[in-house]
Amino acid sequence: MSLTPADISRIAKLARLELAPAEHEQMLEKINAFFSIVEQIKGVNTDGEQPMAHPVDAMQGSAPMALRLRPDLASEPNDREANQRSAPAVERGLFLVPKVIE
Amino acid sequence: MRDLHHLGVAELAALLKNKEVSAVEVATRFLAQLGGNPHNAFLDINSDVTLEQARASDAKLADGTAGPLEGVPIAHKDVFATKDFATTAGSKILTGYRSPFDATVVRKLREAGMVSLGKLNCDEFAMGSSNENSAFGAVSNPWQTSHVPGGSSGGSAAAVAARLTPAATGTDTGGSIRQPAAFCGITGIKPTYGRASRYGMVAYASSLDQAGPMARSVEDCALLLSAMCGPDVDRDSTSLDVAAEDFSRDLSRPLARAGKDGGALKIGVPRGWLTEIRDDIPIQLSRQLQRANPLVDVKIMSAIQTLLSQGAVPIDIDLPNTALAIPVYYIVACAEASSNLSRFDGVKFGHRAAQYGDLLDMYQKTRSEGFGAEVKRRIMTGAYVLSHGYYDAYYLQAQKIRRMIADDFQRAFAQCDVIAGPVAPTTAWKLGEKADDPVANYLADIFTLPASLAGLPCMSVPVGLGEGNMPVGMQLIGNYLDEARLLNVAHQFQSAHSEFHNAQPGSLA
Repeated sequence: MSLTPADISRIAKLARLELAPAEHEQMLEKINAFFSIVEQIKGVNTDGEQPMAHPVDAMQGSAPMALRLRPDLASEPNDREANQRSAPAVERGLFLVPKVIE
Repeated sequence: MRDLHHLGVAELAALLKNKEVSAVEVATRFLAQLGGNPHNAFLDINSDVTLEQARASDAKLADGTAGPLEGVPIAHKDVFATKDFATTAGSKILTGYRSPFDATVVRKLREAGMVSLGKLNCDEFAMGSSNENSAFGAVSNPWQTSHVPGGSSGGSAAAVAARLTPAATGTDTGGSIRQPAAFCGITGIKPTYGRASRYGMVAYASSLDQAGPMARSVEDCALLLSAMCGPDVDRDSTSLDVAAEDFSRDLSRPLARAGKDGGALKIGVPRGWLTEIRDDIPIQLSRQLQRANPLVDVKIMSAIQTLLSQGAVPIDIDLPNTALAIPVYYIVACAEASSNLSRFDGVKFGHRAAQYGDLLDMYQKTRSEGFGAEVKRRIMTGAYVLSHGYYDAYYLQAQKIRRMIADDFQRAFAQCDVIAGPVAPTTAWKLGEKADDPVANYLADIFTLPASLAGLPCMSVPVGLGEGNMPVGMQLIGNYLDEARLLNVAHQFQSAHSEFHNAQPGSLA
């Protein structure tokens, strides 16, 4: 199976990327080269295999470990100034973005 | 005494403890090494910060409150967040970013007394096997500057090999500690997934990313690993709730008593990982593997022979799904990357495009300007395999095969204690040789990906020089939480062959 130029445009939009025409062509060629080594997984018999999302679950043997949750308590100091220091546009403690609602 | 910059972590720690040298003297010597940024290994250096840390370490050494590694220098891969140095992850999109906090690993190493020399170059977001994907230029291999240092922790490996630092942190998602360690002739270990906290590590593929130390000897790696690991349960939901360990405790145990049962160590050698038995590897991969230099195999075989002469016994094991690890890894890692990297949107930190229209246009222009070609390919690949209609065929199927790969290892570890094989099919290649061929880069990861997918501890140990007089690394893989045995085996090897990890690149001679 090969991806088409239309697939590339659709995924680029999903991924919030804008590709110049030459970049688009390169992307198609290289992603298709990658999928040429991916196709072999389709023929593998995986009946009865539990999907493994995480190594911690394999470590626990057959019983998958529940992901740990901590108590919902504030643990970090509120340091807005330090946290916003690297933001491109900030005003009065708010992140600025282009107008969303007219 | 040898010049300070040739000394390792343990040697420097002893000199500092005995007050034969001060932390400021050590830091000053290493800072002098960094002038002109050899090999383009560093991305940020700030001698004021380094010397301030060194002065604080000297005060602790004087008043008796010193940590175990007080005053010993280290440098951090640029995917670790640091308050005092810039953090870019090798990407233009994080230009100018300053973290408000230190990564847990950085904090723990400072608490153990280590003085930071700065931040090390790497492939952008740790995506790559040659360090050529850094937005800030490639790193050169100190053994031969026309060659790559490996990746993604290429700056870390080059800096340690070139005696710019006695130690470095690295991160390993699919081989990014082991492969550059092998290519630069140093030692590196990736612990069991969850041993070292991921808090403050710029995320690439969260179910695979794991931090680890890189240094010249196993002894040094064991000291560093002991300081880095430990539970961080409130800040990393995947941090293992397993107490910190002294990973140096078993280094001197003879291999004749290093087995799980107290008997001889059983070394598993995977069928098909060495040349003469590679016939069963699928056709798609054979082209690549035929290019593998037989000199790599010769070195690995001879290293295994050394372990056997030290009292280990060989076990023939089968890891039948090795070749599938390549597509499975790249599907899983790209899927996780496409999700993780959605946070780079030009709003909260880092680069924002100068010109844009509406919000969507701002996202697109910012990301298109900020990310390099390989990062864009992996985001696109990940978005595709997660998209409607393809999720089951690719992502879910890959997760099921990931389980099969992890199960293969458990079957192997029922028969053996530690697995030994090559880190990579070849030695370091020339800069630019595979730069335009991502799939060739992916295929070269074949031997490091399986242990990454399973989350097992694994390491690289130098075993001599192969093609073009470039270093070869032996990979050792252990079962979950069995790092101490892994380091035991590696240290026994280094005790017999100290010439390999003590060798220095010709450019330094």
